[in-house]
Amino acid sequence: MDLSYSPQELAFRDEIRAFLADRLPDDLRAKVRGEGELSKADMDRWHAILQQKGWLAQNWPKEFGGAAWNAVQRHIFEEEAARADAPRIVPFGLGMLAPVLMKFGSKAQQDYYLPRILSGEDWWCQGYSEPGAGSDLASLKTRAVRDGDHYVVNGQKTWTTLGQHANRIFCLVRTDPDAKQQEGISFLLIDMDTPGIDIRPIVLLDGSREVNEVFFDNVRVPAENLIGEENKGWTYAKYLLTHERTNIAGVGFSQAGLDAVKRMARTRMQGGKPLLENPHFAARLARVEIDLMAMATTNLRIISQAAAGQAPGVESSMLKVKGTIIRQEINDLARRAAGPYAMPFPSETIEGANEPRIGPEGAGPAAAQYFNNRKLSIFGGSNEIQRGIIAKVKLGGGK
Amino acid sequence: MNFDLTDERRMLQDTLRRFLTDRYTPAARNAILDSEDGFSAEIWSALAELGVLGALFCEADSGFGGAGFDISTVFEELGRAGVVEPLLDTAILGGGLLADLGGASQRELLGAVIGGTLHLAFAHGEPNSRYDLSRIETTASREGGNLVLNGRKAVVVNAEAAEYLIVSARESGGPDDGDGISLFLIPKETEGLSLRGYPLISGGRAAEVVLDNVALPETARLGPAGGAFPAMQTAVARANVALAAEALGAMETATGLTRDYLQTRKQFGRPIGTFQALQHRFADLLIELEQARSAVINAAGHLEESPEIRDLHIAAARNLIGRAGRLVAEEAIQMHGGIGMTREYELAHVAKRIVMTDHRLGDTDWHLERFIALASA
Repeated sequence: MDLSYSPQELAFRDEIRAFLADRLPDDLRAKVRGEGELSKADMDRWHAILQQKGWLAQNWPKEFGGAAWNAVQRHIFEEEAARADAPRIVPFGLGMLAPVLMKFGSKAQQDYYLPRILSGEDWWCQGYSEPGAGSDLASLKTRAVRDGDHYVVNGQKTWTTLGQHANRIFCLVRTDPDAKQQEGISFLLIDMDTPGIDIRPIVLLDGSREVNEVFFDNVRVPAENLIGEENKGWTYAKYLLTHERTNIAGVGFSQAGLDAVKRMARTRMQGGKPLLENPHFAARLARVEIDLMAMATTNLRIISQAAAGQAPGVESSMLKVKGTIIRQEINDLARRAAGPYAMPFPSETIEGANEPRIGPEGAGPAAAQYFNNRKLSIFGGSNEIQRGIIAKVKLGGGK
Repeated sequence: MNFDLTDERRMLQDTLRRFLTDRYTPAARNAILDSEDGFSAEIWSALAELGVLGALFCEADSGFGGAGFDISTVFEELGRAGVVEPLLDTAILGGGLLADLGGASQRELLGAVIGGTLHLAFAHGEPNSRYDLSRIETTASREGGNLVLNGRKAVVVNAEAAEYLIVSARESGGPDDGDGISLFLIPKETEGLSLRGYPLISGGRAAEVVLDNVALPETARLGPAGGAFPAMQTAVARANVALAAEALGAMETATGLTRDYLQTRKQFGRPIGTFQALQHRFADLLIELEQARSAVINAAGHLEESPEIRDLHIAAARNLIGRAGRLVAEEAIQMHGGIGMTREYELAHVAKRIVMTDHRLGDTDWHLERFIALASA
């Protein structure tokens, strides 16, 4: 047992810290802290800074231009990046599609798409969920019918995150409606400029525009855009899910969030004393901090298993459930710490105009973040789905 | 970063688990629970022979372990089997203080402790002290060449079996001061010392101890006059790691029994583990169990750090395990239904062990308060 990082890992962490201190632009940092919304240009800029250093494609092997970091290194970066308020690396191309391309894509697909992901030329979004297929994804209905050397796609995808910035979408489509649910699904790459695609924003309860609906009306997709074999898409989608669940616990985000709550609670007064000294507030804060200390170790235990080559099983589901409960509790404490100043909702906070702030630092975005992060226990397989997975594996039998 | 046990500790774990699986069966344990002594002398000697007591002491103290992960390894297994024998009292608290503070002749007793032939008890808590470590009203005053002790000690676990009590008493300072506290190593037969023994709800025995003009020579003092408090804090820190690990082991057993029951018990024509209402609750137990394991690792791994860091992680672990332990104990009983309520069934005992851990050396709320105080210091 050794709970501390090795000298090599510590040196790596120092290198990351120095890089973040030096190269992370202040305006991006401020936006991540909630002072405004990140634009596509902001995200592209951060990606380019990382790519220049060779740190963008962290989990990619070297031969594809990646950093080939192991699970511990990736964790260190994520922790440091979150603490430094760096923008999150947009995962759709880099973390989700790329591993599928490397494992199941053709040489031609790899040669064409992977460099374009690295350069930022392609911005991918994910076409999985549908109005009738959320947690029960395998019931998806978007149809792709082979017509010569094309597929003709009809249907609708939804909750497409950052689809408004994307020029490409990877989709799960039904190619065999007569097969058993999971067996008639294919994995298709689609150019968003193709005629017949219509994208519409879904404004979320905090006013943010991060998800979309995507409609397909007789969209003709070249058959060469199929990944692997027809009707094997479910296998590829599952591979994507099991292999791209790094940072699922969000420990770094929680630590940054907890620090922010403490900063605010030190200056907000209640009963003539800092809120931090209020016994009820302090007790809630302490409980979540204690849970987070244990979560950090749970996370490291699972990461070190992964680094030793053990494939994560139900552990990722456990991290997802507990990690999101902790993050949401911190969001709730931030909202409470802000007090009445959690209420103002000027459009500037969303549009990023240069007006003076209303209320103390951190108060403005607190409520919006609280509402926005209700998503954490819903997306990526809701926490109920995760509990079902855990129980099914541990109890066997199942339904 | 490495979360594997060393080969030595893995061997200790295997040996102890095999021994307890073999010898500490629910039937054997129920007999021990019903016995007059409240523990088995036979099991105690066997544990000593296996080196389990020695593993709780460092080499300088005639043992071969003594670090945080030695303690957590041993106590997790004890908890898993629901062991009621007083390793915490004789070895960790009594033996720990003796090793830390004892003079040459006092330390000679360590051999007998590790060899399993001598029992100790830490007579510290008082009727009005609850969990506060420095609140001591028992006094030690000088009369002629002697020190005379007066006071009462509450719920002194293992007092009846102990040949010596390690008694805390105040030589100076106010009732809450850390300074001014001394420890005394007192043979149980000493005049003026009386015990009223009783069984405990989760196994083992304790006593109310009265010190009525107990006259002792200076040589009975364990450690410096009025300066025993830091050593007490260290011994209690080690005991808290032990308690957390013991609760973790017991939680493992409770969860395992619940898993088996969910898989085999049928209602409405199918195993109850196929019902989503129970599946999700069971999943939550498994998640909390992982968190509890991490909390024990954090506490054990920081035991040798500075007192501030050490105690922060200990308070965190005891608070988390207090919450998670209660959840596991209550949910395990609930998901078992009626059978979980019966004394005969194994779950009842481990559930009681888990919950009653929260009444030793600080409960969930006490440790939360302590965490807040340490974190804001």
